[in-house]
Amino acid sequence: MNEAGTYGSQSQSYPGRLFIVEGIDGSGKSTQLTLLAQWLRSEGFPVVFSEWNSSPIVKKTTSRGKKGRVLTPLTFSLIHATDFSDRVEREIIPSLKAGAIVLADRYVYTAFARDVVRGVPPRWVRSLYRFAVMPTQAFYFRVPLEVALRRILSARPKLKHYEAGMDLALAGDLSESYKLFQSRILDEYERLVPEYGLTVMDATKPVETQQRALRRHIKSHLSEMRRGRYAEV
Amino acid sequence: MPKFDSLGTGIPGVSPEELSGWLIVIEGTDGVGRSTQINRLRAHLERLGYAVAETGLSRSDLASKGIRRAKQGNTLGSNAFNLFYATDFADRLEHQIIPALRSGFVMLTDRYVYSLIARAIVRGADPDWIKQVYSFSLKPDAVLYLRLEVPELAQRALATGGFDYWESGMDLPMGEDIYDSFMNYQSRVIEELDKLAREYGFQTIDASRDIDSNAEDLARRVEAVLAASGRDPVLNPFER
Repeated sequence: MNEAGTYGSQSQSYPGRLFIVEGIDGSGKSTQLTLLAQWLRSEGFPVVFSEWNSSPIVKKTTSRGKKGRVLTPLTFSLIHATDFSDRVEREIIPSLKAGAIVLADRYVYTAFARDVVRGVPPRWVRSLYRFAVMPTQAFYFRVPLEVALRRILSARPKLKHYEAGMDLALAGDLSESYKLFQSRILDEYERLVPEYGLTVMDATKPVETQQRALRRHIKSHLSEMRRGRYAEV
Repeated sequence: MPKFDSLGTGIPGVSPEELSGWLIVIEGTDGVGRSTQINRLRAHLERLGYAVAETGLSRSDLASKGIRRAKQGNTLGSNAFNLFYATDFADRLEHQIIPALRSGFVMLTDRYVYSLIARAIVRGADPDWIKQVYSFSLKPDAVLYLRLEVPELAQRALATGGFDYWESGMDLPMGEDIYDSFMNYQSRVIEELDKLAREYGFQTIDASRDIDSNAEDLARRVEAVLAASGRDPVLNPFER
């Protein structure tokens, strides 16, 4: 267990399972999670998806802050914690109580990595997220920076201000800033792997190879799960 | 010497040494007369030549709209509400309070983190956790806590348009009807504020006296805080 008063220091137990994927942009984690959901549904398990930054009420405030560029490292951190908290209370915990398999694309580790890169104290952000449920298993999709950048930037995306870390004033140019920002986030993720025992997935492998490995991990947690009556209609 | 030491972790990118103003907090439950007193205090301080600014809960550009929306539908989780208020507070701290203090203003704040901590605890938040969340906030130069007993608060609520849904804790609720809930909820809030008053050294003021006596009391206390800084007020050339 982790330091008193921080994330992971309390443990709850629910009938459901919580699996989460983490990694920098371009690590392929969302693709893997979508494939996982397809498989679990086809096997008859009740599956609930929870995405980062998706609480209906809070999302509006977040995008307002982003558009106006008025978010500071502190309010950026707090508004994402607000969003996450709403989803924990109203989506994740009730689903776990009901025995569902909850799949989360990004979890507290995204905040631990991004907010700390923005200068928020590590101890504070870990305490902020103390209310979060510990996942059954957390997967980190490890990918070299150049590979992830090639995947993202070759699609010529319109990078947004905060997405590119422009608020940190690392570089004047969007894609230059994005590269530096992602490399710092990558460093933070690598620190989180041993701290929270994240399961490392080799995200340079072919999609099917990764998916096979992921399903093997998940299967080991499902022996006592109810299934069959929930097949997708 | 730093004017403020933060309650804990501080704010990324802000050093307390550059803040030359004063942070004066007026705390107390709904109906104790905070806004009347703040108006009087502001006029008094401006007469002495101090530049005065004001802020209060859920008045941020960033989150006040979202909070209002969430309150209307009651569609936000209880803990998420606590954090939404924290977001609102952080936005005001960074965009209103800190700039005013940098410019040497007297910042009068209509409630501060203490009310937010109290309302969170009454709604089941862990006291250590919510205090840790707010550990980035600045330590005020003075916290003036206007205090009234619950029966008198109820009388004042009746006289000024009745019981407010949220100020009666009806989201919980804490009684069979809004009156019962108001009484129970406000008692719990006062209980928590009293604890915070001891922990953070508030100046507790009996608000049951008339408006003029309270205003005089507050003015005297704030003048003492300002005088302790060694910076003199602007003298009125018509006196002496």
